[in-house]
Amino acid sequence: MSSRAIEHFDDKARETFEHAGRTTVYRGELLRHSVYDRILHWTIALFFFLALFSGFGIYLPWLFRWFTPIFGGGQLSRIMHPYFGTAFVFFFFLQVLNWFVPMLWAPGDTKWMRNIKAIASGEEKVDPPETGFFNAGQKVMFWEIVAGCIVYIVTGTILWAGASIFGRIAVAVSYVLHDISALIMLGGIFIHIYQSTFGEPGTFQAMVRGAVSEAWAWTFHPAWYKQVTGRDPEDACEEARRKMVGDENRRNPSQIT
Amino acid sequence: MADRKTLQAVMISGHTNPSPGFAMQRDLEVCKLVDTTTCIGCKACEVACVEWNDMPFTPTTFDNTYQTMPETTAHFWNLIKFNEHQNPDGTIQWLMRKDQCMHCADPGCLHACPADGAIVKYANGIVDFNQENCIGCEFCVSGCPFNIPRFNPETKRVYKCTLCSDRVGEGLEPACIKACPTGCLKFGGKDDMKFIAEERAKQLRDNFGWQNAGVYDPQSVGGTHVIYVLHDATDPERYGALPRNPTIPWSYTWWKWLAKPVFGTFALFGLLGVLAHHVINGPRVPQPEPPQKDGSNAGGHN
Repeated sequence: MSSRAIEHFDDKARETFEHAGRTTVYRGELLRHSVYDRILHWTIALFFFLALFSGFGIYLPWLFRWFTPIFGGGQLSRIMHPYFGTAFVFFFFLQVLNWFVPMLWAPGDTKWMRNIKAIASGEEKVDPPETGFFNAGQKVMFWEIVAGCIVYIVTGTILWAGASIFGRIAVAVSYVLHDISALIMLGGIFIHIYQSTFGEPGTFQAMVRGAVSEAWAWTFHPAWYKQVTGRDPEDACEEARRKMVGDENRRNPSQIT
Repeated sequence: MADRKTLQAVMISGHTNPSPGFAMQRDLEVCKLVDTTTCIGCKACEVACVEWNDMPFTPTTFDNTYQTMPETTAHFWNLIKFNEHQNPDGTIQWLMRKDQCMHCADPGCLHACPADGAIVKYANGIVDFNQENCIGCEFCVSGCPFNIPRFNPETKRVYKCTLCSDRVGEGLEPACIKACPTGCLKFGGKDDMKFIAEERAKQLRDNFGWQNAGVYDPQSVGGTHVIYVLHDATDPERYGALPRNPTIPWSYTWWKWLAKPVFGTFALFGLLGVLAHHVINGPRVPQPEPPQKDGSNAGGHN
């Protein structure tokens, strides 16, 4: 598929879903994720967890009795897991088409990555000014899932068809690689969920309502803020701070020092 | 096993001598001995297996050999493999080997199986599949060094030779043993069979000129409960894919039973990690933050 055809497909999909759903952007907010972004994200999330939990039962004998009943027993878990996984890979593939361009690595991302300790610890209260629509951490996770999906397709096909077709050594190797890929994604999902909820408040609504506050935008994605509003994020932040202090002083005039 | 509860009489009324069988050591582990040097390829064991296990008809492929079919199937667990081996002096050896589950002491299928109760190993050494617990993942096929478990796509379960565990449990020999006309198949305690096999191998070496004759009881899988007497134990491959050194892939040994639980626990530490991050560093909030109460760290123990 040429890039033009992909663009056409994405535009068509976004347009279709925009009719199906609605995104309300209040004053002081910015549109973050379209309906199409959000539907894809939650579809992927659904199949990710279905594949994860149906896989848990088969992953370890100690988990077998805990997780297989969710899917109606071991036999059904084994039958459903490949379909859940295929659906996860399929919808993530659509997300790759949708987000390929904003997920491309930019020079600022390398700087972000070098600074990750200060950003993660909260020492840097504001993300570096080069941080665009996605930060380097999000991009790393995205491309890790792309790599993971390729591993899943190859090893998953071998495991699905079985040793009678691909031979016992191919299955034994795939068994380990499939596990490693799943373990990396399992580690990643904790960070992903944490960062988008408790870690950086104001993020979750981006994937639910589709809109974020301007303050959120200039704090975590300054370059994107600049791109959509045309304003300098630092100036905007400074102005908001002055306004906030002014409001506070008007409310409590006695506390002016 | 001395503590095994059996119907062996230990006290008998009005009987003054030691009771019969007193101090007899029961050999708990059973074994099937296949003497390839006396197999005549009559396939009586194949028929007996199909008969006893009530197997449906299995379509076969004719490949210009005496072999009934190329490989065992889900409904055909016992197959005589016919192989022609050319000796260095140009003579031809026509080898017949009864192919079936080897009932390893260290079964790769059982290690690989993720389903609770689908594969069991009994104290007598028989490795048996419980199809009602099988989930049809076929990991056992990958774990088996002898290429034995067979997947049935219709039932989505895996099947193999049971060493007639139903017969052995009742004190009978497996069906194949009963059918063998030449005495090439023997069944009994593991130690007895090993002794007979070694005696036969010695006989082959000393009296028949098979200098490399020996017993196939591979220790890489802890020994097997089906053992072979081979004309040339140094080259078991010539008997049709009988591995010289059968091994279980490490995916189903240390990776499955050590690395997987360890890494799985690490993943849970990831959950603790983000909780710890939240407690220690707190959230990163959109800037500017609202002014703090008195200019210092509000609410903290400063």
